[in-house]
Amino acid sequence: MDERVEGFGKGAGAGPADDSVAAAGVPVAVRDLTKVYGPVTAVDHISFELAQGTTVALLGGNGAGKTTTIAMLLGLVMPTSGEVRVFGADISRNRGTVAHKLNFQSPYVDLPARLTVRQNLTVYAGLYGIANIPERIAYIAEDFQIEPLLDRETGKLSAGQKTRVGLAKALLNAPELLLLDEPTASLDPDTADWIRRKLRDYARSRGATLLLASHNMTEVERLADRVILLDAGRIIEDETPKTLIATFGRKTLEEVFLDVVRRRAKRTREEADESSARKAS
Amino acid sequence: MSDARTLPLGVEPILLPPTGLSASIRRIRSLVQRYIYLLRSSGVRLVELIYWPFLQMLTWGFLQKYLSGTTNPLAQAAGVLIGSILLWDILFRSNIGFATTFIEEMWSRNLGNLLTSPLRPYELIIALSVWSVIRLSVSMIPVATAAYLLFGFNLLDLGLPLVAFFAVLVLTSWSLGLISAGVILRYGLGAEELAWSLAFLLLPLCCVYYPVSVLPSWLQVIALALPPTHVFEGMRSILLHHTFDAKELWWALSLNAVYLFIGYLTFSRFLASARVNGTLLKLGE
Repeated sequence: MDERVEGFGKGAGAGPADDSVAAAGVPVAVRDLTKVYGPVTAVDHISFELAQGTTVALLGGNGAGKTTTIAMLLGLVMPTSGEVRVFGADISRNRGTVAHKLNFQSPYVDLPARLTVRQNLTVYAGLYGIANIPERIAYIAEDFQIEPLLDRETGKLSAGQKTRVGLAKALLNAPELLLLDEPTASLDPDTADWIRRKLRDYARSRGATLLLASHNMTEVERLADRVILLDAGRIIEDETPKTLIATFGRKTLEEVFLDVVRRRAKRTREEADESSARKAS
Repeated sequence: MSDARTLPLGVEPILLPPTGLSASIRRIRSLVQRYIYLLRSSGVRLVELIYWPFLQMLTWGFLQKYLSGTTNPLAQAAGVLIGSILLWDILFRSNIGFATTFIEEMWSRNLGNLLTSPLRPYELIIALSVWSVIRLSVSMIPVATAAYLLFGFNLLDLGLPLVAFFAVLVLTSWSLGLISAGVILRYGLGAEELAWSLAFLLLPLCCVYYPVSVLPSWLQVIALALPPTHVFEGMRSILLHHTFDAKELWWALSLNAVYLFIGYLTFSRFLASARVNGTLLKLGE
């Protein structure tokens, strides 16, 4: 399926000539986004929008471009070309004007291990401009059941506890847009399920927009209203999970995913064979 | 796990305005608070801050004492050696404080969290600078006091110029810290040795223990282009001849402005380059 570019700017009644105004209405608007690292194209001309209050999953195998896409949305990586607008702001240039509306969690970053959970949350509450820090931490600690952990060193927590603390940090400022990279990676099924319910409930109760990158099909099926399927940096599908399953004629999202990954592997093999044959001739 | 439902919207975050001077100060204060928490978390870190400068001061102090009992001309240079080591330590410890605190963010894989928060890069730099001075004070006040108690050398005897010496040395240390931090951002923790070694490049050039006139004339030009050289020359002038040339210090401060600009530019360029090359995603790994 083609990349979804429709809707870029929709909702504000503006045409392409007035995209900056149009994109102000949506939490995320990505247009023709590309990231090239030397010979590798990590993200290849993708375009999509996230509507307010939706949960969207970026799905794809290793190297599909999920983490790079999220990093570009956060301003951690500069696009080679294309545009990312978050709440209307060009994230490459004006991240500071919208950074307080977002938050982020990833297994690739940690909170300082030597600080206690309370100290870490206090520091980040200050960075996000929260005025009622002790009250907010007490509330979020109760909500995430981390009260007994508050005065323990963050580095001494289990993986599940760290994830809950990381999410507590990510929700401290009640972000309108939450970006999550593998939110339940390396968690036991019980904790992972707890986290998913928590995220779903947060998005519904707040009308927040969630974008998550995941390998976990159960997670995606349970959380996402929409799935953006990436392969080799390109969007190959952008549908609801149900439509995606129907389109591929499969029973589960996992089967869809395997289909995509195997097709890709086959294509790579064929390209390698063709290349060898050309060299031989 | 028990019930995962989100609690009723009980305590909403009261969000302060994200822009403006007060917002910047608040973020800088929060980050400095983080470094204070870190120092408080480990008694070993605190002892380490004082341990090395104290050992150095002790060694040079005894050497000074020995020389003053001989007919060596250096005997006249009361306190010059110990003064040199204390001033050198201001430069070195402040630089280490800046650079290693930055590296600490990478070791702890926290930089991704910081750079996606509302914290601006210049606020990170200011927080590191403020912290380097706090760390320096924790380190140097006990050591300077010990120098007075053990060897009768009072750093405050340098008088008002000490304030200017301190400013020049700390500003130079920030320039070096910015360059090291920028290079580490761009090339990763493989370049962290730079944080420890960059200041040592200045040791022979800025004439910590000997006058500029000792250097060959072509090297004197380079030495005089370094702000700390004017501090060490000034210190020797006060202790040996009881004179002080304020013009030299103004020149040093002007040079500092240039080096700080170069440091900031280096950091900014390498940060931009790290964003382009995607190295921010891999830091700490």
